[in-house]
Amino acid sequence: MSELRDLYQELIVDHYRRPHNYGPLVGANRHAEGFNPLCGDRLTLSLNVVDGMIKELRFEGVGCAISTASASLMTDALKGKTEAQAEAMFQHFQALVTGTDKAEAPVSLGKLEVLAGVREFPVRVKCATLAWHTLLAALHSVKQPVSTE
Amino acid sequence: MNAPMPNLMLDVARLRMDFPILSQMVHGKPLVYLDNAATTQKPRAVIDCMANYYAEYNANIHRGVHILSQQATDAYEGAREKVRRFINAARREEVIFVRGTTEAINLVASSYGQRLWPGNEILITEMEHHSNIVPWQLLCERSGAVLRVTPISDAGELCLDEFERQLGPATRLVAVTHLSNALGSINPLRRLIELAHGVGAVVLVDGAQAVAHLPVDVQALDCDFYAFSGHKLYGPTGIGVLYGKAALLDAMPPWQGGGDMIREVSFAKTTYNDLPFKFEAGTPHIAGGIGLGAAIDYVSKLGQPAIAAHEHDLLSYASEQARAIPGLRLIGTAREKASILSFTVAGIHPHDVGTILDDAGVAVRAGHHCTMPVMTHFGVPATVRASFSFYNTIEEVDVLIHGIRRAQEVFG
Ligand SMILES: Cc1ncc(COP(=O)(O)O)c(C=O)c1O
Repeated sequence: MSELRDLYQELIVDHYRRPHNYGPLVGANRHAEGFNPLCGDRLTLSLNVVDGMIKELRFEGVGCAISTASASLMTDALKGKTEAQAEAMFQHFQALVTGTDKAEAPVSLGKLEVLAGVREFPVRVKCATLAWHTLLAALHSVKQPVSTE
Repeated sequence: MNAPMPNLMLDVARLRMDFPILSQMVHGKPLVYLDNAATTQKPRAVIDCMANYYAEYNANIHRGVHILSQQATDAYEGAREKVRRFINAARREEVIFVRGTTEAINLVASSYGQRLWPGNEILITEMEHHSNIVPWQLLCERSGAVLRVTPISDAGELCLDEFERQLGPATRLVAVTHLSNALGSINPLRRLIELAHGVGAVVLVDGAQAVAHLPVDVQALDCDFYAFSGHKLYGPTGIGVLYGKAALLDAMPPWQGGGDMIREVSFAKTTYNDLPFKFEAGTPHIAGGIGLGAAIDYVSKLGQPAIAAHEHDLLSYASEQARAIPGLRLIGTAREKASILSFTVAGIHPHDVGTILDDAGVAVRAGHHCTMPVMTHFGVPATVRASFSFYNTIEEVDVLIHGIRRAQEVFG
């Protein structure tokens, strides 16, 4: 039960109910679509990247609490970051939700750390990382929709 | 309403002891297995009989002169006879062993499908499983035939009028499910088959969900093909059945080539074996066939009417309890329905409901159930699906209902 409470913390439920940066982005120059065929979660990410810096980013789509909250928190966290910083954060975030960050010196991910509870639910890791995989696709401008499978 | 009296015809508490997995604890709670539409659990009799084959008479079949091969052949062919009786096929050769429903449908699409031409039509329904959609799409691409789809109503019932209108002289084949895995709807097969035969079309029935819950009599239905999987009938994975009318199967070209399916091979000419072997190339899943036979023995002993009565009680109790939960929407409310409770909960994604139920020990499926067109029809990305078996209890339904309310608290 406490693991379940760790997973569905208030902050996560809040971001699911009222996601930040939700909707289309006017003037976006990078897009990617993410899809999780397991549960049908789908999201579109739009970014405005100028000189290697993420000026603005927004997302749309339908998803579970974990994938929606993760996208919401991610878009908050990445505003004003460089592409290189974003990619580094992806690595740290992945380590956080898969529980592989224990040995290393922990890198602070701020509010994103609320998603650490996912590590106790291996089948939900894909939900938490969907937005991030989509981000990588957008930064590398992969034309195909990315899939978590 | 109070819980209905337990059905007197089945001693469920005793039956549950036949299934070793059911006494398990998950996340520290008793397992409540409500994912029977995905696959059913196996009784000890099935597990033992497969282990016994490997331990005592493992051998290849149909070609040995030695005693073990004879025993294995007898057991495997004995299982075929059990299947014949179970679905009331007229002849044993009409029972083809395959890997499962998916393979059975692909066999028909590949072999019978060779008769289809541009301008022919294949009619399916909006409630089909992907495995009864995609093989026909592939066949249409190969043959130039056109796929037509009969819609369903918002209750999840097939639109019979529309079905009748869509049938015509161009319709060569109708493929329809007996019992929908996403909605629980039972199709009026007798009527559908009569109508289809009226225009000269052959009918394939996807019986994957039905065999464990409904009586199946292929002669009374007069269907041309009937497909099902062993693993949804308390048997092993990797074994299933294609029933086909002998006259049709005889006229169909072989599907896969190899050993067992031939009579004589030379480089000039190869002649094919008789039914059912013409469609069974290579060494089959011998233990699987024998295990399926044991599963059929098991359910036959319980009796279809007793199983149906108990499952009906479970489904009506569960539906009633579910309806009382604010924000819960049942997906699939057909009048003729069995074994499946599909639903969404307002403000909570099915995947999250599934995780919270899992934490309570309840195994359900959350997703599109390989029926994406059904999800589209109801405008949902996914549903939560609880699916019942004769070994489930009213108390387990209560755990499910409690779990759903718990999910609402977590998201409160
Ligand atoms: C209605 C229906 N048809 C076909 C199938 C496919 O069965 P299998 O995966 O055993 O081939 C299923 C299984 O989920 C089903 O529910």
